[in-house]
Amino acid sequence: MNFINYISIVAIPIVILIILLYGFFEKKNVFDLFLKGAKSGFNTTIKIFPTLVGIFLAIGALSSSGILDFIINILAPIFAIFKIPTEILPLAILRPISGSGSMAIATDIMSKYGADSFIGLIAATIMGSTETTLYTIAIYTSSVNIKKTRFVLIASLMADITGTVASVVIWRILSKSFS
Amino acid sequence: MLNFFWPILIIISYIYAIFCGNVTNINNSIFGYTEVAVELFLTLLGTMTLWSGIIEIALNTKLIGRITKLLNPIISFLFPENKNDKKVRKEISMNITANLLGIGNAATPLGLKAMKSMQEKNNDKERLTNDMATFIILNTASIQIIPTTVIAIRMNLGSQEPTKIIFAVWFSTICAAIVGIAVTKLCIKL
Repeated sequence: MNFINYISIVAIPIVILIILLYGFFEKKNVFDLFLKGAKSGFNTTIKIFPTLVGIFLAIGALSSSGILDFIINILAPIFAIFKIPTEILPLAILRPISGSGSMAIATDIMSKYGADSFIGLIAATIMGSTETTLYTIAIYTSSVNIKKTRFVLIASLMADITGTVASVVIWRILSKSFS
Repeated sequence: MLNFFWPILIIISYIYAIFCGNVTNINNSIFGYTEVAVELFLTLLGTMTLWSGIIEIALNTKLIGRITKLLNPIISFLFPENKNDKKVRKEISMNITANLLGIGNAATPLGLKAMKSMQEKNNDKERLTNDMATFIILNTASIQIIPTTVIAIRMNLGSQEPTKIIFAVWFSTICAAIVGIAVTKLCIKL
């Protein structure tokens, strides 16, 4: 436990350290290279900003209108087929849409039911194994001005559903073998 | 995609809010979420600039060649169109490495860089190539070795064993990635 905690703390400094050591000992102009890359990273982010504002207008509309609760009620029977506990529903639906929103819900679920409870473990696993799909797709496509995204949304949402169902299934199996 | 979904999401939400009397919430959300976007932008601006710089150094050393060699079988399978493009393969393998290490902050700038390089060779600039689509799917699956953020939250909430979820996370993230890639490959063939 302490070991893994330690790894997660040293990972980033170690990565930077290794890269700088390589650059330095291969006698590259390390700082010039840094500036070159940093400038392009800066410009890319500036380019993304309008997309961000647009996406957040939609996320704000979704989460403050109360329509999410409505959607959850409609989808409840479908989730029942996959035996996904109803406590998880808001998280499962918000996860692909909003990173900060789903993190807030997951934290709420974990503190309400207990971090080590069945529901809490599922919530944590869903957070750890999925991404904010819509945001990722929007950023990746808009940074290169792509309009036609083809099957990307469908494929990634199917992956999200799989991740959610798998998180429930694995904890059903694990908690059975523990008790 | 967004030309369709973006207005639909907003229109439905606003109409729903008007009928349910939630208009005050909506009104507050409009400028509240603009601020959220600015906050995220500022965070992103710092990390994107920093990591793009660090990564530029890495791309110019022999380090990246070694990692690319290691990931070669996976990259060749997933991105056949770019089999012979050294630059793209390097950028993709850096992105995968950052994802695996759980450095999401670094994965995004790298991912966008790879997208840019793949876009340069794209004949139809408005349409994703097969490889670009596969690449986005891979990034939405976010396979990571240590899910640091969630472990930190579990620790804060007083979990007895914060790292207990690691195996379960591996299992579901791999299931999700396999399904995502399988659907992608199927859609490409159709």
